[in-house]
Amino acid sequence: MSVLLAFGTAVLFATGTWLLLQRRLSRIIIGIGLIGHGSNILLLTSGGPGGAAPIIGSAPAAEFADPLPQALALTSIVITFGVMAFLLALGYRSWRITHDDVVEDDVEDRFIARRRNEDQIVAEGEDAAREQAAEEDRL
Amino acid sequence: MNALIPLPVILPILGAAVCVMAARFRMVQRTISISVLTVNVVVGVMLFARVDAEGIGVTQAGGWRAPLGITLVVDRLAAVMLVVSSLMLLTVLIYAIGQREEESRFAAFNPVYLVLAAGVSASFITGDLFNLFVAFEMMLVASYVLLTLGGRPGQVRSGMSYVVISLIASTFFITALALIYAATGTVNMAELSERIPELSPGVRTGFSLLLILVFGIKAGVFPLFFWLPDSYPTAPGAITAVFAGLLTKVGVYAIIRTQTLMFPPDAQQGSLLLVIAGFTMVVGVLGALAQDDLRRMLSFHIVSHIGYMIFGLALFTLAGIAGAVFYVVHHIVVKTALFLVAGLVEHRAGSDRLSRVGGLVRSAPMIAVLFALPALSIAGIPPFSGFVGKFALVGAGIESTEWVIVAVSLTVSLLTMYVMGRIWSDVFWGEAEDPEVVERMESDSSRVPWLMTAATSAVVIMSLLLMVFAGPLYSYAERTADELLHPQVYVESVLGSES
Repeated sequence: MSVLLAFGTAVLFATGTWLLLQRRLSRIIIGIGLIGHGSNILLLTSGGPGGAAPIIGSAPAAEFADPLPQALALTSIVITFGVMAFLLALGYRSWRITHDDVVEDDVEDRFIARRRNEDQIVAEGEDAAREQAAEEDRL
Repeated sequence: MNALIPLPVILPILGAAVCVMAARFRMVQRTISISVLTVNVVVGVMLFARVDAEGIGVTQAGGWRAPLGITLVVDRLAAVMLVVSSLMLLTVLIYAIGQREEESRFAAFNPVYLVLAAGVSASFITGDLFNLFVAFEMMLVASYVLLTLGGRPGQVRSGMSYVVISLIASTFFITALALIYAATGTVNMAELSERIPELSPGVRTGFSLLLILVFGIKAGVFPLFFWLPDSYPTAPGAITAVFAGLLTKVGVYAIIRTQTLMFPPDAQQGSLLLVIAGFTMVVGVLGALAQDDLRRMLSFHIVSHIGYMIFGLALFTLAGIAGAVFYVVHHIVVKTALFLVAGLVEHRAGSDRLSRVGGLVRSAPMIAVLFALPALSIAGIPPFSGFVGKFALVGAGIESTEWVIVAVSLTVSLLTMYVMGRIWSDVFWGEAEDPEVVERMESDSSRVPWLMTAATSAVVIMSLLLMVFAGPLYSYAERTADELLHPQVYVESVLGSES
């Protein structure tokens, strides 16, 4: 059982990571969902092997499964669910604005990169002019 | 008195619930949020005074003894963070109300802002690693909403990357929690402090690195800072100020807390953190130099100054941690002030591009004064609080003979001066050439509402008070560092002395 869960966690993490690295927003969101499931299963397995339901009177205390990771996993599932819903809404909004779900570049970054290129062009132009002047002096 | 400890979390949550019900009545919402945050300030100050006099305060939620129940702990570090954060949250809310933008347009603003306040306080007072995760999520979910409240294209684009990065960090956090629980069988930080030294050195170094990774993303340290200058500037002015002032510092707080409390000296990543700190300082300030947008410039600048705090912690000496604690407090106040001023500039001139705005020193002298004071402080000019903080950190660095980081921090300090000088000469000196800006500056309609100026002045005055009371505050920081370096006291207060 535990091997199966460990294997499942590994597969979820691996596919999730692969999807995260894509340029399409929908894939990124699915990737995050998968990684989230992977980490929740990991949290669940951190309590050790399974056992009887931890309700007093239903079984001897020694056979109980560790209830704490279950509670933690439940909390974390609820949180992941909420945030995923928000992310999907945001993705929908982004699609409404751009009609595309490719993640865009940062406009300001491009602006600064362009400015640097312009500076370079200006600097190169100045260098060329200076060389030309030197050439003329020699002549 | 221990009954006060949960209040900074419970009150904002209750306030948020009432605010949701009063969604149609903006004045009711405002009254509730301002009074809740004012009470938070009072509670924070009371806890601060008591913790400094009588030692760590602990409360067990629901009466379940630690490590079974949910433990809330206020020690000196948590108390000072509570006071500063609640003051900032209150003044920024007043600023947002004065601004009449997002706050007036969206009924969701007040409740979400209160949830953010609850999340920030909860991160400071929790004594349990899993609740730290929950507190982070509370804070982050509120910040997602506040960041994208307007729904403008730029906000959606940068909000998306912010949410995705934060979610990845949260997933790492869950993974770290699962591994730590599997290895130790507890998530209570005091009990972890006893159990982690029993693990093999490789495992505990792994945990230490994993937690640095998780909190490093939130704190915005090199090389995990890239999301920060991209997402913060797109939020509305007031919101950027509270994000810049508080959210990254919650990450720094979590690094300081977990490194000092949970890990024995051999698993503390001193030299790694020093390298991170150096790169964070340099990359942040160089990034700031390249920008043309005032708020992006200041955002890169946050990254640079996170490096100073990590530098103080990385020394793991009394002087180093005291310097880091002092620097965190100073930076929260001063950075919030600078971002509030950036909001004022944008309101007055209609733009915060350095290339478009100019000559504000004549047309808006009040804004110029409000910018100059925190800018001098952050550049580390004596006698401002930034000088005291940097002096303490450099002194600690020299004491530990870490010459490289001392040299880096002094160079970065000079570059900070240059960044602030560039903002000053572009925005406040010179002439505005852009016709739109000139027209806006001449019209009366762009006058800054008095409430915004008042709130900004309040934060600037607080930063001056930090300078006046630098002595007592620094000795408090030293007592805090002493407490952090001797986690046994924390552990005993939480678990009881019998363990």
